Amino acid sequence: MRSYSFTLNGRPVTVEAPADMPLLWVLRDLLGVTGPKYGCGVGVCRACTSHLDGAEIQPCTVPLADCANRTVTTIEGLADGDTLHPVQQAWLDCDVAQCGFCQPGQIMAAAALLKRTPHPTDSDIDTIENICRCGTYARIREAIKKAAENGG
Amino acid sequence: MDRTEPPSSASLSRRRFMVYSVAATTLTVAAPLACTSSPAQGAEPARAGSDVLVTGTDEEMLVLEVTAANHIVVRLPRAEVGQGITTAVAMMIAEELDARLADVRIPLADARTKGNQYTGGSSSVSSLYAPARHLAATARARLVTAAARRWHLPAWSLRTRDTMVVAPDGRTATFGSLTESAARIRRTAVPSRPKPASRHRVIGRPTTRIDARDIVTGQAKYAGDLAVAGVKPTVVARPPTLRGKLVSVDDRAARALPGVHAVVRLPGGVAVVADTFHQAFRARDALRLTWAPGPLAGLSDAQIRARLKAAVPRLGTPPRGSTPVSGEFAFAFVSHAPMEVLTAVADVRADHAELWFSSQTPMDARDAVAAAVGMRPSAVRVHVVRGGGSFGRRLNFDAAIEAALVSKAARRPVKLMWSRSDDIRHGRMRPASHHRIRASVAGGRVVAFEQVTASVAESGDGTGLSAQGGVSSLSGPRPSDTGLYNFGRTSGDSGGIELAVPLGAWRSVDSGTVRTAEEIVVDEIARSLGQDPVAFRRTTLRNKRVRAVLDKVAAAGDWGRAMPEGTAQGVAVHEEYGSCVACLAEIDTRDPKSPRVTKVVMAADVGIAVNPRGLEAQLMGTAIDGISVVLQAGLHIDRGAVREGSFADFRYARQRQAPLTFEAHILPSTGEPGGAGELGVPAASGAVANAYARATGTVPRTFPLTF
Repeated sequence: MRSYSFTLNGRPVTVEAPADMPLLWVLRDLLGVTGPKYGCGVGVCRACTSHLDGAEIQPCTVPLADCANRTVTTIEGLADGDTLHPVQQAWLDCDVAQCGFCQPGQIMAAAALLKRTPHPTDSDIDTIENICRCGTYARIREAIKKAAENGG
Repeated sequence: MDRTEPPSSASLSRRRFMVYSVAATTLTVAAPLACTSSPAQGAEPARAGSDVLVTGTDEEMLVLEVTAANHIVVRLPRAEVGQGITTAVAMMIAEELDARLADVRIPLADARTKGNQYTGGSSSVSSLYAPARHLAATARARLVTAAARRWHLPAWSLRTRDTMVVAPDGRTATFGSLTESAARIRRTAVPSRPKPASRHRVIGRPTTRIDARDIVTGQAKYAGDLAVAGVKPTVVARPPTLRGKLVSVDDRAARALPGVHAVVRLPGGVAVVADTFHQAFRARDALRLTWAPGPLAGLSDAQIRARLKAAVPRLGTPPRGSTPVSGEFAFAFVSHAPMEVLTAVADVRADHAELWFSSQTPMDARDAVAAAVGMRPSAVRVHVVRGGGSFGRRLNFDAAIEAALVSKAARRPVKLMWSRSDDIRHGRMRPASHHRIRASVAGGRVVAFEQVTASVAESGDGTGLSAQGGVSSLSGPRPSDTGLYNFGRTSGDSGGIELAVPLGAWRSVDSGTVRTAEEIVVDEIARSLGQDPVAFRRTTLRNKRVRAVLDKVAAAGDWGRAMPEGTAQGVAVHEEYGSCVACLAEIDTRDPKSPRVTKVVMAADVGIAVNPRGLEAQLMGTAIDGISVVLQAGLHIDRGAVREGSFADFRYARQRQAPLTFEAHILPSTGEPGGAGELGVPAASGAVANAYARATGTVPRTFPLTF
């Protein structure tokens, strides 16, 4: 089995695993990084949303080989030490979460949106596909706008 | 164990509480969870002045411990699935102890042997409100008394704040530093009554969830995130039809794959245990299985709907001379589809077992797991883990039983996870139902109102006559609950059909369909009388609390404002669990394929709202539930199988279907807390349906509307 190296949340990691193993299971089952959640395995619920070279991905549909020598960021790597990322802080300020299961993915999706579109309109926010079964969408919208004001 | 009986305050005259002290080196007090004026069963009042711990009684109590590290720990016999009960209880404790919220810890209790450990029926806050506050108030009195003795000061001169006792001269002592001496105090020098509501500073203040930071940093742990030593990922191959039976298994190819440890036959499928979920899914797909069709293999939606319709009891005779306003409604099956799919960790050994999963009914789960693996219940330990949503799904514990069976057979700890398609295709559903409503109008008012219904009930083993769709009167929605309105003679009846489909209570249970249908008819009655829906409700509602929430949404939502063609407002109300709610929705139907609710305004009176921010969150969630189940999210049955298999086709609302504006108004109240978690579903569903009707000029009858 080949080994693959990439940067995970600022640290180099090397894993021996099949090339087609979805990144989600590499993270969760081999590396013990459990922030990205399984919600469907086919990229439609987006609970696992993370970043590859700073852009949004769904690790349940990204094979390990595609991550070689690149940079993966999960919810665990978004904050700067104890200082929360502006999106995380806005999530906390707006008390967005209910059950919390989809929120790592929601936060990573929002952070990626703000990187592309620093001042998103309601239509831009509507493009976020992540399901929240608790229905926290109104607070997600509010938190994204707040994070945008704070330079998220 | 000894007991002190705090004097009962006026508002709690029917709820007198015993609070017990538990023999321990730290201050530990316990209050029975059942509201009763007598000591908890099994607890024997001790001789005066003695310090006896009656073992076993703490099982049915809420127990508070003040640790030397200055934490207040209450092991909560409830599930946290996002509804915010841990935060609400932490607030009650912090209020009465004058502790910092950050110092209060609310871990979830393991399954107990007796007592009330049920999370459901929107009952958690109302069942915990009195015991939690009495418990904390008693602990505070002991801590103050301990400080008074230490400082040789009169207890009445001491104050409490920020998890410490403060002397008039400014000296402070943390609760943690007093806990050992407070544990020995039997007679308190200050009253141990909870505060009157007028002095609340924590209860009633909008408060952020106590686990919010863990969630936003990815540290919150669900069952699938737990690091149990040696635990192996496990998934299950399931039949193509509901309850299909396994005929043959050829697992040679699957077992030959790397990382595969075991293949285990289960009643509902074939489990694969592997080193990673990737390998487990691979091996699952490499199993060569043949299945016999399930008991419903000949059945699709059209037949189910026809049978349901035929099972609806007859409407009675309407009052002579009245004019009917009638409607006939059909609701599809709906998946719970919590974000966290069912996941259970099980470690079954020769003589004991240990499990970790989220459960609303852990005591029943423990007994069922014990029976499944052939152990005494006392040999099975169930740890309740936070759940990633539930909506009623975690009342059942299907995955835990499967995990236990696999762990026993494979002789190793397993982490069994349902896939999302398992969850939607084989998970439990809100039953499909059919409703007939007839309002009888005479002299410009409703003189009689009747609703008759039929819903699907789950048959036992799925093989008997009932599985063929035989009519049953065993279950179905409760008779029409029209106590809400002055509608003259109200009546109802229910029938049902039994099918071998997995069903479960879905947030708001029967009210989600029965009351939604009624609120649609209420609008149609108003229209037939030429009255405005809000004005008509105002004049016919019985309860002024309900009128008040209706008035609130009408005012805050600018009811009756001019809106473009194809857009409209709709309104509905609901009363249940000692609470009431109104919802005003605005909808844009100009794209008929994807109507969008653009604005939702809700108002609720739930008695004292412990955490208004948490209550707002619950209402927000029910608004999205209403939008989803009324407009777009449901399940089809095709030849005995659920057609949908993920959120791609089970179309629960996403951001682009959520309202751009959401407001919740919490009406001030001094009444005891009612229930809130499920409250909003019927009002939100009714308001969305009524808005749709007004925007399109149609009569909504089958749900979801775009299906």
